[in-house]
Amino acid sequence: MENETTYNYRVVRQFSVMTVVWGIVGMLVGVIIAAQLIWPSISFDLPWLHFGRLRPLHTNAVIFAFGGSALFATSYYVVQRTCQARLFGGRLAEFTFWGWMLVIVLAAITLPLGYTSGKEYAELEWPIDILIAVVWVSYAVVFFGTIMKRKTPHIYVANWFYGAFILTVAILHIVNSAAMPVSLMKSYSAYSGTIDAMVQWWYGHNAVGFFLTAGFLGIMYYFVPKQAGRPVFSYRLSVVHFWALISTYMWAGPHHLHYSTLPDWAQSVGMAFSLILLAPSWGGMINGIMTLSGAWHKLRTDPILRFLIVSLSFYGMSTFEGPMMSIKTVNALSHFTDWTIGHVHSGALGWVALVTIGAIYMLIPKVFGKEAMYSTRLIENHFWIATIGIVLYIASMWVSGIMQGLMWRAVNSDGTLTYSFVESLARMYPYYTIRLVGGLLFFIGMLIMAYNVYKTITGPSTLHASDEPATRTA
Amino acid sequence: MSNFWSGWVIVIALANILGCVWLIWWASRPKKGEAAKGSVTGHTWDDDLQELNNPMPRWWLWLFYITIVFGLAYIIIYPGFGAYKGTAGWTQTGQYEAEMKAAKETYGPIFSAYAKQDAEKLVSNKTAMDSGRRLFMTYCATCHGSDARGSQGYPNLSDNDWIYGGQPEQIKASILDGRRGAMPGFAHLGEKGIEAVSNHVMTLSGRKADADKAAAGKTIFEAQCVACHGADAKGNIFIGAPNLTDKTWLYGSTKAHIIQSVTKGRNGVMPAHREFLGEDKVHLLSAYIYSLSK
Repeated sequence: MENETTYNYRVVRQFSVMTVVWGIVGMLVGVIIAAQLIWPSISFDLPWLHFGRLRPLHTNAVIFAFGGSALFATSYYVVQRTCQARLFGGRLAEFTFWGWMLVIVLAAITLPLGYTSGKEYAELEWPIDILIAVVWVSYAVVFFGTIMKRKTPHIYVANWFYGAFILTVAILHIVNSAAMPVSLMKSYSAYSGTIDAMVQWWYGHNAVGFFLTAGFLGIMYYFVPKQAGRPVFSYRLSVVHFWALISTYMWAGPHHLHYSTLPDWAQSVGMAFSLILLAPSWGGMINGIMTLSGAWHKLRTDPILRFLIVSLSFYGMSTFEGPMMSIKTVNALSHFTDWTIGHVHSGALGWVALVTIGAIYMLIPKVFGKEAMYSTRLIENHFWIATIGIVLYIASMWVSGIMQGLMWRAVNSDGTLTYSFVESLARMYPYYTIRLVGGLLFFIGMLIMAYNVYKTITGPSTLHASDEPATRTA
Repeated sequence: MSNFWSGWVIVIALANILGCVWLIWWASRPKKGEAAKGSVTGHTWDDDLQELNNPMPRWWLWLFYITIVFGLAYIIIYPGFGAYKGTAGWTQTGQYEAEMKAAKETYGPIFSAYAKQDAEKLVSNKTAMDSGRRLFMTYCATCHGSDARGSQGYPNLSDNDWIYGGQPEQIKASILDGRRGAMPGFAHLGEKGIEAVSNHVMTLSGRKADADKAAAGKTIFEAQCVACHGADAKGNIFIGAPNLTDKTWLYGSTKAHIIQSVTKGRNGVMPAHREFLGEDKVHLLSAYIYSLSK
């Protein structure tokens, strides 16, 4: 029944289901490596299960497989709904799905085998990098092609954020992955030394800024007002924070390289722009949370809306924490400690995962032609388990991170270090255990979600999703 | 940095920051024919998605202005605008040097006082030994272990068995300038020759071995190995050739380990610490290590 007069929901369905699947896989690997930090022997002396190989598998799986699938699913849905146009490019959208899945499977094979370019969040070797570039450019063609053929006069704000995310990630990926291949699975970066480090963290921080922030703000700008049934709080605010966010993020990378061989001026500029980034980041949180004014009571009964709003609270927290950690004196304490891990996870679990989960709970019944999710009760349970999991995770990492920083810099009256590294490590065990429990809870939440999604999809239909007309009177 | 790149950095950094200010001004302005404050803008997407024409929250604008002023002030005071050095004259190299100088002034005298005393005296000074232990935990434990008992390839420092000599001055020399314990590979002896000499080496420390092979190995040993390990196989502390007649085996005592050592050789490296720690600290450290096997 799918034809040119209907929206392409098939690709949305595919990506939505895979979001849940990859979420489970990626978070399971996270739980395993969290356990390895307590019991290193869990690697069983097998190189494929070594922490150093599984850790990039975890980050790639949660960012690019789980987060990426969520961004594909929601952007394809949102751009069609808000442009009143079927996805551009015919079967190109299908190609992006299978292409992206191939990238993920190749990552899951090559990373444990030890193939890596050594660049954080860009570990995949050059043949896979080329595949990513091809898929990503196709994604851009589909997305912007759909924008071009829209039947609405204006481009909805969610699409600005999706558009910025798609364009910028293409540039970041291609520039940072530029390399000279020496064999099928080995290459050397096109840059050397400090410049290579700077390009890497220009990429790395903007992966956070565009993949994990702008893209997910796109989700927020559609799903929050939709679920709340309220207009977006301020159009003006969305204009200012959009342009300010995407321009200032570009400068923030050097704060990953404080007190390094990076020239002083670059470090200072990176820190100054990281601080200026606070207000533009918060603009999105304000616009999301204030959209609820007049509808606050809905939070009591609607766990999906609660996922979305709590995600914005975590977004606000971690975008406050980030600029603070970019200040040199704070960074001198926090760098190389678990505080960074806690910060990343307050963003990754609290913001990215929660907003994704909320959006997927909204999306699944719509694109599978169901009335609603199978069980609101299970969504409710998922919400609490996930939230408690996040709080345990980030609180334990704050304590252990700050403790590490303080222990490492503590000196005696003769100037010798008070604690050896191993002593600081020994003190981490209780916190690593709490972190494992937190991660495990979050993972269990994803299993509950998978069950709920399965029951919804296989449950009775109320309408045919693909019968949705492409043109509607606004 | 060339003037061009310096100018480039200044221009785009300023353009971005001032662009934010302009953006706020531009978006705050009332526009012709726009909806009233607090009502929807008039655009609708996907049936019911609308936007309100609310002003930006004042507190948020203040937050934005404060960070902009702070950011600008920061890159005026600190180096940030390209090659411009900043009014404070700060550099990270300068900060590092100042901190190191201050540390040297505060802590230097403690260690130079220890350096004037000989090891035997320091060993009975508890405060000195506590300092020495903490230095060991920071700089040595990574390889030699927190208990100083080493591991394969990393000598045990607590057993009074020394490859390069165990007198305080010898230990000090090992730490100051490092050691390179190089044993060449003897793959050219062939599998049979290596097997024979390994059997002979087993007998040197009083262990059972194949008598025929050991006898053949003895001949090879006397031709190939005695130059470093000595005719009595008791080693040579001047070149770090280990004693083969005792129970201490740096690279493992089994025949398989010995065969591997003979076939491929060994390369042990103890890094030099003269530049890094300075003689005073190394003096105390060597006294501490000396104390471990006393």
